[in-house]
Amino acid sequence: MDFDLTEEQSLIKDQLDRLLSDRYGFEDRRKYMASPEGFSTDMWARYAEMGLMALPFAEEFGGIGGGPDETMLVMESMGRVLALEPYFTTVVLGGGFLRNCGSQAQQQALIPIIADGSSKWAFAQQERGGRYNLAHVATSATESGGHWRISGQKSLVLHGDSADFLIVTARTAGNTTDEAGVGVFVVPATAKGVTLRGYPTQDGMRAAEISFDNVEAAHVLGDPANGMPLVRRVVDEAIAALSAEAVGAMGAMHALTVEYLKVRKQFGVPIGQFQVLQHKAVDMFIATEQMRSITMFATMMAGSDDTSERARAMHAAKVELGRGGKLAGENAIQLHGGVGMTAEYAVSHYFKRITMMNTLFGDGDFHMRKLAAMGGLFENAA
Amino acid sequence: MDLRFTADEIAFRDEVRAFLAENLDPKLRDKLATGSYPDKDDLVSWSRILNRKGWGVAHWPVEFGGTGWDPMKQYIFLEETQKWPAPQPLAFGANMVGPVIYTFGSQAQKDHYLPRIANLDDWWCQGFSEPGAGSDLASLKTRAIRDGDHYIVNGQKTWTTLAQHADWIFCLVRTNTDAKKQEGISFLLIDMKTPGIEVRPIITMDGGREVNEVFLTDVRVPVENLVGEENKGWDYAKFLLGNERTNIARIGWSKQRIARIRQLAAQEMSSGRPLIEDERFREKLASIEIDLKALELTQLRVVAADAKRGNTGRPDPASSILKIKGSEIQQATTHLLMEVMGPYALPYLDHDHDGRNEPFDGPEYAADAAPHYFNYRKVSIYGGSNEIQKNIIAKAVLGL
Repeated sequence: MDFDLTEEQSLIKDQLDRLLSDRYGFEDRRKYMASPEGFSTDMWARYAEMGLMALPFAEEFGGIGGGPDETMLVMESMGRVLALEPYFTTVVLGGGFLRNCGSQAQQQALIPIIADGSSKWAFAQQERGGRYNLAHVATSATESGGHWRISGQKSLVLHGDSADFLIVTARTAGNTTDEAGVGVFVVPATAKGVTLRGYPTQDGMRAAEISFDNVEAAHVLGDPANGMPLVRRVVDEAIAALSAEAVGAMGAMHALTVEYLKVRKQFGVPIGQFQVLQHKAVDMFIATEQMRSITMFATMMAGSDDTSERARAMHAAKVELGRGGKLAGENAIQLHGGVGMTAEYAVSHYFKRITMMNTLFGDGDFHMRKLAAMGGLFENAA
Repeated sequence: MDLRFTADEIAFRDEVRAFLAENLDPKLRDKLATGSYPDKDDLVSWSRILNRKGWGVAHWPVEFGGTGWDPMKQYIFLEETQKWPAPQPLAFGANMVGPVIYTFGSQAQKDHYLPRIANLDDWWCQGFSEPGAGSDLASLKTRAIRDGDHYIVNGQKTWTTLAQHADWIFCLVRTNTDAKKQEGISFLLIDMKTPGIEVRPIITMDGGREVNEVFLTDVRVPVENLVGEENKGWDYAKFLLGNERTNIARIGWSKQRIARIRQLAAQEMSSGRPLIEDERFREKLASIEIDLKALELTQLRVVAADAKRGNTGRPDPASSILKIKGSEIQQATTHLLMEVMGPYALPYLDHDHDGRNEPFDGPEYAADAAPHYFNYRKVSIYGGSNEIQKNIIAKAVLGL
């Protein structure tokens, strides 16, 4: 067992952390958020230059040959500064679909344009009424003459308005919530029949509502009749990555809070001398370390081919993200007092992000129910 | 990063399992599996079996009878023995006074006591807490006054676990009343057969006798039983309380409890189906399991960091949460196991004096559930209460 980073991993992490500490202060982030894209295209280019976009891909497609560990490092660092760029949707989600199920030709054509930073991707999965059910897909895909055409409505497409390509789930057979009969398609955002409305999210990011009117897909990934295993696999990888981002955000939020306890004076002393506040700060610390641990577990399992054990790990991570994130976030605001309530100060932005992360790909309750239905975490091995 | 055990570690784990299968009396294993404690004979005979194998004090340095296992192997050994379950070595000797003696004791003390601890020839108990000195341990009042070649000790210790079996007690005593309270304390080894020592039981709410009061009246202790220097006892006590990072979370123990919960919840029927199929119950169990899985990884991070540093340097800050989270999880398992029993947690099983049991109104495995839940409230209190632990983390880790 070995928790150390390899030399290459340390190098990537150090370089990224340096870049972020130079260029991703709270005020920088505000400026990036106010730009038309809602993030920094300059930072995006720098990530690409550092090779971050190439990390999880095989060398033959212009990648660096990394895996879930590297993704964890990057996501944690980005979580620490609440990075706005669509790394998660492009590399983890878009790249995840291509990596796991793209044909040789598809990977050859599409991975290099992710790896070099020249394209951005989004995952159009959610539909109204679907809540957290990934198989809830009413959007249809029909084939004629070797071409797939997609019609339907997708919502909450994270970073949809900046994406060049959309990964779209669409039904090729069966009823709206059937596990079978869902295909995964690649659609250029500029394709005829795509109508897109972008909007800001609570946590300072962007999302889009997208309608597809008989849109021709550029690619179908894997088996169009049975794409859900692919979707579940990529979403599991995404949950591991999201957990790492949560670790970064919780760690930063905790550091801000402890710092504040040291400088804020009331009754003539730093408020960090009050035991009741100390214990809350310790509770946040414990929640953050437990989140870090379960994220390591999820990261280890992200690449597993045992779908059941992999799913259990992700359910566990998402439950912990939900409850630990809430504990850390609410205490961070409480310990900052009035200042914590303001938009001017960073801590509220962390709180909002961690709160919204709970809603992505199933909240804590949803995953708890799933894990319980599967028989729990230690059913097979303790 | 590779969170799988290495081939070497897996081979070692299998070796431990094979040893347990071959050497531990299955009857004792079954007894422990229900949550019962080993009695004195159980523990002594098992300790001797372990010691013959050279595993009696596995975590000690080789020169004092340890194995030289790296922290990961020590962890695997603990986890496997707790999960089996096998009796754990008597902590007061193997984990507490032993390391103090081999770190601060005289050569004569090392030569005499250490092999006897390893073989459980001497049963040790811990004389730290006093009626007026709990979390504020340094305010202890038990007095030791030098009289020629002896100290004369007077005072009262309390919460003394298993003192009824003890041959020896290690005590913090006040040797200087003028100094700052931490600087007037010494660490004495006292033979329990010395005249003037009286042990009185404290019956805890579960009905058990685990702890005692120990009264010391004009107890004459030879000066060679002083460990290290006079008035430096507080440093040794801090060392004793702080050097335990591998076992404090008791991951293997909680895993065994969860296995037990799963087993009994599959037998207990609720509304016509096994309780284990009840959604609400499963969520409670899964909730504990998630906590435990996370803590296991936290523990392994600490172990790996210790291994890297050769177990000498500053502990990983994450180690500070092991006691708090580990005790919370242990308590949660005892609570859920009690819930498994439903109404049959209620009857109290009176153990009569010949060790025979009265008939029990309900399944026999239910009898210990409530007492264990009651008893395990202790784990967030002893060894520095969880609130004291939070004070320590706030200061040492967060810098508040």
